[in-house]
Amino acid sequence: MSSYPYAFHAGEPLSGLTEFTHSLPSVGAGLWVTVQATVLGAALALLLAFVLGFMARSRRLLVRGSSRVVVEFFRGTSLYVQMFWLFFALPILGFKLVPLACAVVAFGLNYGAYGSEVVRGALDAVPRGQREAAVALSMTPWQRMRLVVLPQAWPQMIPPFNNLLIQLLKCTPLMSLITISDVTFQMDQLRSTTGDTATAYLLLLVVYFVLAYALTLAMNGLESVAKARLGQPAGGRA
Amino acid sequence: MLTDESPTPTESGAAAPAVRFDQVVKRYGDNTVLDHLDLEVGRGERVTLIGPSGSGKTTILRLLMTLERVTEGVVHVDGEPFSHMPGRGGRLVPADERHLRARRRRIGMVFQHFNLFPNMKVLDNVTEAPVHVLGMDRDEAAERARGLLELVGLADKQDAHPTRLSGGQQQRVAIARALAMRPDILLLDEVTSALDPELVAGVLDVLRDIAHGTDITLLCVTHEMGFARDVSDRVLMFDGGRVVESGPPERIFGSPEHGRTREFLGAVL
Repeated sequence: MSSYPYAFHAGEPLSGLTEFTHSLPSVGAGLWVTVQATVLGAALALLLAFVLGFMARSRRLLVRGSSRVVVEFFRGTSLYVQMFWLFFALPILGFKLVPLACAVVAFGLNYGAYGSEVVRGALDAVPRGQREAAVALSMTPWQRMRLVVLPQAWPQMIPPFNNLLIQLLKCTPLMSLITISDVTFQMDQLRSTTGDTATAYLLLLVVYFVLAYALTLAMNGLESVAKARLGQPAGGRA
Repeated sequence: MLTDESPTPTESGAAAPAVRFDQVVKRYGDNTVLDHLDLEVGRGERVTLIGPSGSGKTTILRLLMTLERVTEGVVHVDGEPFSHMPGRGGRLVPADERHLRARRRRIGMVFQHFNLFPNMKVLDNVTEAPVHVLGMDRDEAAERARGLLELVGLADKQDAHPTRLSGGQQQRVAIARALAMRPDILLLDEVTSALDPELVAGVLDVLRDIAHGTDITLLCVTHEMGFARDVSDRVLMFDGGRVVESGPPERIFGSPEHGRTREFLGAVL
């Protein structure tokens, strides 16, 4: 590739270390794409998780049923195929999304479907007595949810959300299959220019581990804050 | 008794009992918990429901708090249909959520397991509903809440988390929380049953103060016969979804007429 001129022009191969140093900007750009896709995908997934999770608890069969169908569909079909469908099939129907948007939408739908079960479970796990006390204080259904149920359900959601978030991060290399230059793609370029497969992939493992651990630390912090508000011991695992 | 300054606009409302159960049936599947129950509670009256577990006492409170729906019959509050509302052609139809929400505001409840909100500090437990439901100014709500916490002897705990309090303290906060909504009718559902024995007296003292210092209508389900004797105008003995016997506490506890009452009191006293 034109961004790696040395490998082609230098008479002798540069040392691996120099090569790695020179390619840092492109790896950095790839890292930024990976982070963007993870954050945007997670934001969309979170939104959908709440919408679908709330719908799943509706008293109306139609609302509950449509949530069920959407969840089962996006959980039951491959993320890989969903992304390919958005990238290759949707333009045939006349809707063309930029590649990153395809990836973000696919991540959001897939992980939103999983996340909705987390939301539903956590809402259901709030003791019935809490809702009854809120009824006895004449709160409206929305007040019960906002003031009583959700603040208690939220800390329960954080650990399973953390699992999903890390899984989402680790699925982002799939983006490279729809022309997106994420960190895996860039590192793979580096591997082919340097020929140092072991180092390149080892670096990549480290990159994902560091990202995943940073997410875990952030989520643990969030959990501690949420639990402290409930007067529970923080119990962080970090 | 009726004056032209009566706050209730309808005539029936002003003279009617606070609570009236009219042939109320409550079934869970094949299990009949209340069997064509007729029951009246006057305004400001203190009524205690006693009887064996599963006899339907708690169900009465839960129906009044709209936590359950009647299977048959109608519950009236202040002479107006409560479990039902006028439908097409004046016929009574089961109440919808909006009707229930409008009517249940006059009723408060204290639960066996306190059910304080763990996501709020003690003071917020008492202020949130007045602020959000009654639209009270936050400072005013806090001022009143501090007064109520003082009444229940917990003025120093306003910034504590409910989970840090003893059961007895939690229950006293729950009483303050219910009173903050200024209910006309207060339902007490076995409020000392989940407490360690040494904590019961503190809660009962608070309730005695409330019973003697206000004109609130009280309906209590309790196994504390001493308390029932102290505060009740009338004691109802329940068994099998029906009122077996009712009367002033001196008579029910002193010379019960019904064999079932004697048997029950013999077992609990």
